[in-house]
Amino acid sequence: MSPGTSAGAQQPNSDCDRIRNFSIISHVDHGKSTLSDRILELTGAVDPRMMREQYLDSMDIERERGITIKAQNVRVTFRDHVLHLIDTPGHVDFGYEVSRSLAACEGAVLLVDASQGIQAQTLANCYQAIEHDLEIIAVLNKIDLPAADPERCAHEIEQVLGLPAQGILHISAKTGQGVEELLDAIIERVPAPTGDPTMPLRALIFDSSYDQYRGVVSSVRVVDGTLRSTARLRFMQAGSVHDVEEIGVRTPDGVAVSALGPGEVGYLIAGIKDVGEARSGETVTDAAAPAADALAGYRDPKPMVFCGIYPVDGDELPDLRDALEKLKLNDASFTFEPESSKALGFGFRCGFLGLLHMEIVRERLEREFDLSLIATAPSVAYRAHLSDGSTVDVDNPTDLPDPSQIDHIDEPMLTATILTPSEYTGTVMELAQAKRGEMSKMEYLSPERLELVYRIPLAEVVVDFFDQLKSRTKGYASLDYEPAGYATASLVRVDVLINHVAVDAFSTIVHRSVADSYGRRMTDKLRQLIPRQLFDVPIQAAIGGRVVARETVKAKRKDVLAKCYGGDITRKRKLLERQKEGKKRMKNIGRVEVPQEAFISALRLDE
Amino acid sequence: MKSHSNSGRAFGVYVHVPFCRSRCDYCAFATYTDRDHLMARYVDACKLEIRRALLDGQMERASSVFFGGGTPSRLPAEQLVEILGEIPRHADAEVTVECNPEDVNLRRLEIYRTAGVNRISLGVQSTMHHVLRSLGRNHRPGDVDRAVGAATEAGFTTFNCDLIFGSVGESDKDWIRSLRDLLELSVAPPHLSAYALTVEPGTPLAGDPRRHPDDDVQARRYELADRVLTDAGYGWEEVSNWSLPGHGCRHNQLYWQQGDYRGIGSAAHSHEQGTRWWNIRNPDRYVRAVERGSSTVAGQEVLSPAQREFERLALSLRTPTGVPAGSLPDLPELAPLVSRTGGRAVLTVRGRLLANAVTRHLRVEVGAAGSLRE
Repeated sequence: MSPGTSAGAQQPNSDCDRIRNFSIISHVDHGKSTLSDRILELTGAVDPRMMREQYLDSMDIERERGITIKAQNVRVTFRDHVLHLIDTPGHVDFGYEVSRSLAACEGAVLLVDASQGIQAQTLANCYQAIEHDLEIIAVLNKIDLPAADPERCAHEIEQVLGLPAQGILHISAKTGQGVEELLDAIIERVPAPTGDPTMPLRALIFDSSYDQYRGVVSSVRVVDGTLRSTARLRFMQAGSVHDVEEIGVRTPDGVAVSALGPGEVGYLIAGIKDVGEARSGETVTDAAAPAADALAGYRDPKPMVFCGIYPVDGDELPDLRDALEKLKLNDASFTFEPESSKALGFGFRCGFLGLLHMEIVRERLEREFDLSLIATAPSVAYRAHLSDGSTVDVDNPTDLPDPSQIDHIDEPMLTATILTPSEYTGTVMELAQAKRGEMSKMEYLSPERLELVYRIPLAEVVVDFFDQLKSRTKGYASLDYEPAGYATASLVRVDVLINHVAVDAFSTIVHRSVADSYGRRMTDKLRQLIPRQLFDVPIQAAIGGRVVARETVKAKRKDVLAKCYGGDITRKRKLLERQKEGKKRMKNIGRVEVPQEAFISALRLDE
Repeated sequence: MKSHSNSGRAFGVYVHVPFCRSRCDYCAFATYTDRDHLMARYVDACKLEIRRALLDGQMERASSVFFGGGTPSRLPAEQLVEILGEIPRHADAEVTVECNPEDVNLRRLEIYRTAGVNRISLGVQSTMHHVLRSLGRNHRPGDVDRAVGAATEAGFTTFNCDLIFGSVGESDKDWIRSLRDLLELSVAPPHLSAYALTVEPGTPLAGDPRRHPDDDVQARRYELADRVLTDAGYGWEEVSNWSLPGHGCRHNQLYWQQGDYRGIGSAAHSHEQGTRWWNIRNPDRYVRAVERGSSTVAGQEVLSPAQREFERLALSLRTPTGVPAGSLPDLPELAPLVSRTGGRAVLTVRGRLLANAVTRHLRVEVGAAGSLRE
């Protein structure tokens, strides 16, 4: 974004009555970005000649995947009212960010594809909005499609959320049909913000991103008091003080203002270099006249899923570190620290909010920084209770203490909500049970659709639960989840040993019931990938000292070149020289020479 | 360097004859089946290249000459000996011509013999009809016996037979049969080369993975061959070569001892004190280059002292001479592959099959000033 400086000092819009702050809650592909585009056009915010699709999604990955990763906001005017559209992140991994965005609003548009019906994650976000006392305006989109079934969808929304079916709007964001009526409904039904301009300043940061030239640019919602462009601000959770460099509003291009009053939404630049100092949920106040209490609801982001990330080419390690540091400037919720692996060399242990977050970070590293990376299998943070009464949190399987010292292990749990067409109920239940889920709720939204709620281990969900759910239901089921504490389980660490030496990259913590099959899978895979050596190489999977699977790479018997053609010794020597060079690049594990590609292939095959 | 001739330093001449009747589908040599019309010009070109090499001082009096191919016996005998006539050689020089068994007859061998050829190398490959077919060879098993009879009659006192093992359709039994058939000839070959069928990139065989030999099968056949030949009194001379006492191939030994040699003809390789070079591969272009009087060299390399030392050890490791014991680390995995006696490390039978792996462990020591020391 490029905050302009041309517009002069606008006065704070102290007339709260004419402000409406709302967000759009919607599932992937249900038309949120298209609706945003229509609103920008209809309110004249964007010159039609400058319009492009998905105007507010700025990252390539956002456009490609049809998801919103970073919250955006835009100010438009319509019928003498100022409307702030706050675009919330659209994925389960970013639940906390969603809650902060919702905290900046008084209303929410629940946007549902009339051909598909409400999805699990939309429902979860909608519940959050209701908890925040937001006015919900339910909207059925894509009513121009032949497959649209607005009646059934309206009935479902009524059934599950208690919103009266007759109050649900029907629109087509694509054609613009009904969008004007929606804006009218927002003005009419969403309450105006309340706030006292004379109180000490309290403004909520609900998103921050890093701009190469301006530093951290935060999205803010003023709750009480007035945010002035001349203020010195105290960031109450970070405990730091910064002078305002610029405040402004996005229309959607940035326009600097001298002040933002209660209820107003805009951006803030204060010379901050790290988004970690201006996290979502942060409260800013006037350093000279600070508020007594921060706004409620702040949480430190906590990584849920972990993996090792390594450069395929060890020479790229400094580039990887550089890239991680740059990404971290823009994403306070992921963590990384150096780690080294016997199999993969030097890399970083990274923590993520969830699987999608992990995928996005990895994809951005490869794409934006042109790196070739390999990731170890994702792990979660286990809690090991030791015999001496102490506990250790373990997010890297190799850190798990010896089984003899462990009394029991707890694993993080989720409450998972699945919405599925009822014809797939059987297969969904089968999957959830296979993944050790325990059902806590089953409710028909309509005769055709069902809500299932499970308590299920996070570790089972991070592996391939979502993919399997999608494939078993032809893509119709949707999933949402939230953390649900810890539970004790029969967990073991399976180590994979090459010639009796454990290969750290393949150690994993799994439920006892699947330990043997994991062991068999990995030993079989490595048997095919490890080149034959001068001696038999045992490949074992073991739990503690007990071997659960074994394969053998038989000793190589012949590699000699039969002859040299007519005195062509050059060719033979070059081959031998290459082999001798290649030997240096081999990883040496238990006297076994293994090309790093073998480990990489084994990890890739396991994906 | 130890000389094999009592008339001075060992020096070899290799003459490449690129013509073949048909192309074997495993073959990656520089050979051609459609260039017979070029023979006379090719022979003239070789003669010219020899004369120029002599004038340039690039050729010494030869202690060994080797006509290889291709199929040297594809050339009319009179033309082949014309080339030989241009090569100055010691009185006791070893002169070998590679022959396909079906090309061998008394007349041809008498012409060779008269001109100074004293050794022939027969491309037998197998004595089993179905194995020969699978290798794409044209001769019949009986041709070998006739060829050996003709060689004896023409006065040859030594000859070699080439065998190939590991082709699809060959069993362990077939392989042993081939070896025994050769040992039971009217005159057993004083020298025997047994090559593992090798998949060379770019050959039709390379494109047909179903016919690729299995390493374990080849290892077993190699061990069978070594046992059969050792029992019959042969000593191993190099990874793929065995001979009766006094019948080692001096020309090949020159290669293995990093000796100097001059290659004549298309694709021929030469070596002179650490510089290696090779001629234009295509016979048409080679002939034109000679006729124009321009250089026939397609490429060359000058070995660094370390490369030269590594090469010397790697070649020597393939022979019973072995390498100084200190050139190989004392690792448990090398113990079954190398026997260490009298300060030398020599490959065992298992080690010969894994010579490449052993070679990767070679320690190359080069003196500070670049001079070599052992």
